[in-house]
Formats: sequence, C-alpha cells, structure tokens
Amino acid sequence: MKELRAHAGMPIKPVYGPEDLAGRDPDRDIGRPGEYPYTRGIHKHMYRDRVWTMRQYIGFGTPEETNARFKYLMAHGQDALNVAFDLPTQLGLDSDDPRADGEVGRVGMAIDTLADMEAAFQGIPLDRVSVSLTINGMAAPITAMYYAVADKQGAAADRVVTTPQNDILKEFIARGTWIYPVEPSLRLVGDLIEYSARRYPRSNPVSVCGYHIREAGCTTAQEMAYGLCIAAAYVDMMVRRGMEVDDFAPRISFNFTAWGKIFEEVAKFRAGRRLYARMLRERFGARSPKSWMFRSLIGGGGSAFVVQEPENNIVRGAYIALAAALSGAQTMALPTYDEAYTIPSAKAQLIALRTMQICAEESGAADTADPLAGSYYVEALTNAMEEQIVAEIASVDRLGGIVEAVKSGAIQAEVARQAYLFEQKLASGEIPKVGANCHVADGAAEADREVELYGFDPAVAETQVAKLARVRRERDDRAARAALRRLTDAARGEGNLMEPIMEAVTTYATLGEINRAMKDVFGEHKEPVKW
Amino acid sequence: MKVLVAKPGLDGHDRGAKVVVQALRDAGLEVVYSGLKRTPDEIVAEAIQEDVDVVGLSILSGAHLPLARRVVDGLRAKGAGDVRVVVGGIIPPRDVEALLALGVERVFPMGTALPEIVAAFKESRSL
Repeated sequence: MKELRAHAGMPIKPVYGPEDLAGRDPDRDIGRPGEYPYTRGIHKHMYRDRVWTMRQYIGFGTPEETNARFKYLMAHGQDALNVAFDLPTQLGLDSDDPRADGEVGRVGMAIDTLADMEAAFQGIPLDRVSVSLTINGMAAPITAMYYAVADKQGAAADRVVTTPQNDILKEFIARGTWIYPVEPSLRLVGDLIEYSARRYPRSNPVSVCGYHIREAGCTTAQEMAYGLCIAAAYVDMMVRRGMEVDDFAPRISFNFTAWGKIFEEVAKFRAGRRLYARMLRERFGARSPKSWMFRSLIGGGGSAFVVQEPENNIVRGAYIALAAALSGAQTMALPTYDEAYTIPSAKAQLIALRTMQICAEESGAADTADPLAGSYYVEALTNAMEEQIVAEIASVDRLGGIVEAVKSGAIQAEVARQAYLFEQKLASGEIPKVGANCHVADGAAEADREVELYGFDPAVAETQVAKLARVRRERDDRAARAALRRLTDAARGEGNLMEPIMEAVTTYATLGEINRAMKDVFGEHKEPVKW
Repeated sequence: MKVLVAKPGLDGHDRGAKVVVQALRDAGLEVVYSGLKRTPDEIVAEAIQEDVDVVGLSILSGAHLPLARRVVDGLRAKGAGDVRVVVGGIIPPRDVEALLALGVERVFPMGTALPEIVAAFKESRSL
C-alpha cells in the first residue's frame, strides 16, 4: 500500500479506530461548540444561528469602478466587503510617483486621498455593511480615511465594523508590503489597535494571517503555528503598552486558508482554536470568553488552483468551501477560477459567491455544529496536528521568537525552503493536481488556456493622477502641511500616531505625503536576504 | 553561467522567484537573488556589478511590460546588451509576444513546470 502523508508531514493510516483516541479526555480536549476550549467551534449552534459571512476580495482600477463592483456583488447577496488596494496604495506611494508607473489600479483600487475613499464607499452605508481592508504597512492612514468617511456619512462610531488587516509581521514573512523597519511598523500596528479599541469598539483592528504564509509555501501546521506566534506577539505588545488583554483581544480576528486535504484542514482549525483559547486564558490571563475565541475568515488559497483546464478550479473551490464550512469559518472567501491568469472577472466572482451560497444552502454542511466531531480519524488528526503545531511554535521560540525570526530572515528562509519542497512534491506527483501532473490531457496545453481576461485600462492611471492633482489644488494646502509636520513631530515621540494621522487625512493630505512624514523619522526596512 | 533573479516593481510575491533560485542552484548554476521591490535601474546596476549572463525577472502584478522594457533598455544603454533577460510570472498569453518583441529572450508564464525553466537556463548556457 502506498504511504500517504498529510501536508504537515504526519503519516495517514488506512483506517482509524477507538485505539487512536486512547488516553485523551474528550471533555477537556473536545468539549462542546461555543464552550472553552472551542475545539468544536466558537458558537453553540454555529450556522443554525447565522451562516458564515461571504466576503469576496474585490478592488481594481479607480475607486469609482470598484464601487460599481461592490454594488454588483451586494445585489447578488454578498453581505460584506473585502477591499483590495493597488500596490502603490499598499506601499504608500501616490499614483503620480515614478515608482507607481504601471501599477496604478492593477491589483486593487488606487487610493491617494480621502476623496478616493469617499468615492469608493459612495452609497454604501458604513453603519450597516462590514468592510475588510486588505492593508498592512499603510493600515493606519487607510483605516483613518475609512473612519473619516464613516464619520462624514454620519455613522455612529459604535456601529462601524471594519477589519483592517494590519498584520505587518506576515508582510515581512510572506506578502512583502512592508515599508518601515520592524519596530516602528509594530508601533503602528499597536497604535491602530489601541485607537480603534477606544473609539470604534466594534472594529477588528488586526486580522492575523496564516493565509499568506501558507500561500508563500509553508505547511499547514506552520501556517497555524506562525499565526499563533504572531497573535501572541501582538497581544504581548499591547499588554506591555498598558492595555488590559480583555479590552482588545475580543476584537482580534484571523485569516487562514482551507485548501488541501479536507480533513487535515478541519483538524488544523480544531487544534488551532483550542491552542489559541488556552494561550489567551492561561498565558495572557484573559478572563472574557470572547478573548479566547479564534474568529477566522477561512477560505481561498489561490495556490490550490492550477492554470491547466481552469474550469476545474470551480470544482476545487467547491471543496475548499466545504472544508471551510466544516472547519467552523465565521467568514468565507474563495479564489476565483481565473485567478492564475488575471484579476477576477465579474463572472468568476459571481461563481465563487454562488459556490459559497450553494454550500450554505444546499449541501447540508451548515446544518449542525462541527459535524465531523467524534470521527476517529478527525479527532486523531486534530491531536496529531496540535502536537505538530506545538513543535513548530517551539522551533520559532528557538529562533528567539517570531519578531526576532522575522528580523533575521530565518522564518522567511524556512518558508522558501518549504515552497521548494512542495514544488518537488508536485514534480514527483506526490501531491497530485489533476490536469497538471496527473490525468493530463493530450495536446490540450494551449487550447485549454482560453480564459476571458480582465481588460486592464491604461487610462485608469491618467484618471487617477488627474484627480490627485485636482485634490491637491483645491485643498487648504497650509492646513495639510501643518498636519503633516505635526505627524512627523509625533512620530519622533512615543505617543499614539492615529490622532495626527486622522488630522492629516481630513486635510486631504495624500497617502504618499503621510507615508513620507513618517518615513522621515522611521526610515525604511532593509530586507534580510538570506541567499 | 551566472544568473541574477530579480523582483522589479512593487510586487511582494517572491515564492516563485525563491523556488527558481533554489532549483537553478541545485542544477549547478551560480545565482544571485535581488530581494523585493528593486527598481529597473537597481537591477541593471546589480546585473553589471555581479557580471551575470542572464537576468530573470519575476513579476506577478501585471506591470511586466513597462518593467521588462526598462530593464532591457537599461542594460543596452549601459553597454550590457549581451546580458540575456527572461521573464516569469503571471504573464497573460497575449503579452508573451510583446515581451519577446521588446528583447526578452524567454517567457515563463504561469503553469510552467520547474524542470522546464531549469532546462531552458541550461540550454541557454550552451549557446
């Protein structure tokens, strides 16, 4: 019989039985849904009370174009938004910056000033729709713009629900939109958490992402382990800044993937939830049950998809949705079948949304909480996964903790090593991909690659640059410059930077100006390239 | 043969670039990796300083045409037009010809198998 292993490396037996659960205490380790340690999910009735939020990742071109796509998906039943920003925005460059050439509006929408944010959410009531902002290095100013738009709409601060990603550690490890060195970057993460907890109590000011680290190549167990280490680093930082853990931990959220082997993914989340609950309760002394809950967006993973016969990715999306549902997702997002080619077409986005809706409404996966509980296999795999995650966390500790491991580049090197191992497993067929390394169609190579490509319009950049020039011309320039000077002064000190950032934003200072005002003090990150 | 694998532009996705670096090294090539977010000018300067034979650009953001053009033109302007440039990443089929036309030697669009990339570099060596 062929040997099989989970992506995390542990062997998978052909059959499991009661003997695989010997010595475990089901009350302590498994418990009931909605009860500590939340192995079975964070809510008592899970989807019977409320099905997961469906939140496709959207953004391209100008804020006006993105606004239209938001409204299109909301008209088809999507109940929340997840905003993609273009790379210049993510890196704090204005659309007319020479380094932004060719990138404006490409992989997300361009935001230069508050005027763009106003256009993006025109006609979308921010006291009723929850919005994720996929923004990290520039999370503080972009979220400030979002809060400013909500204020202008007249939304009550305690009705504003937004989730800026604001997870800079995973950017250093995997996604690359870092700007400042590690320490000032962490300071900004903390400033946004602190400010939001005090002023916008229903916002979720950090979304800890294992997702991007997995996409960059790490294993399932490493994805959870690194995510838990990053969450611990933020909690530790906020406690050291003087906050009570229960004053911010209930609003920490997570973003993880569920592609791969369905039962391994389910086991990863069940193990992760109980490790997180124990960490918050035992290590950090959190007393509020809400602080113990691992609330997660679970979804996609474009790396699950292949370029050959792209329609097959729709089928893969369906089983990822099933895995996410069985894993106890609070929010779900799926990659689109054309993702290997282009940013998603409207049709591909709609298919992804419909996939989640079919999973929720038709499949029965949402009928009862944690339906796989008690399975010999899933419980044994959950235990094995927990051991593996604990071992990976210990490896990070040996590197001096996640922050030191990020500064030295040791984690980045390990993720790259795993990515190469994964590639070799694809080449050998150990990890099968239908149409790519098994059941490959003859002579289909070119014919099957016809995907309707999103037609990027080069005029987007011109429109955006013209709008930026107009805003600069029409604003009270003196007020903007004074606000920027105050921000630079504040950056030299130790106080929270959100107030001066809010002030700068509302004078229509540009994102690039706000970035420079801080970069003058903080400097730039230098990547530790261990190669 | 010596290779510079480089990430031009603002794109932060380096999984593919780092996998190719490891594969080329395992195949016996000498490889330098630029790190993220290098400008075309920085890449041209590094290629000349490291005296490489090939520059491999990895671009996933969609900005491959202007970025590749600036690297190819930059090398020529600095008298290093003999340095070959190859491009990998999310390159839609319609852009492959355009890249070749501006002087890129080979394009490895998404879905290119790793052994194919390694073989292409090795063939290039015997030229």
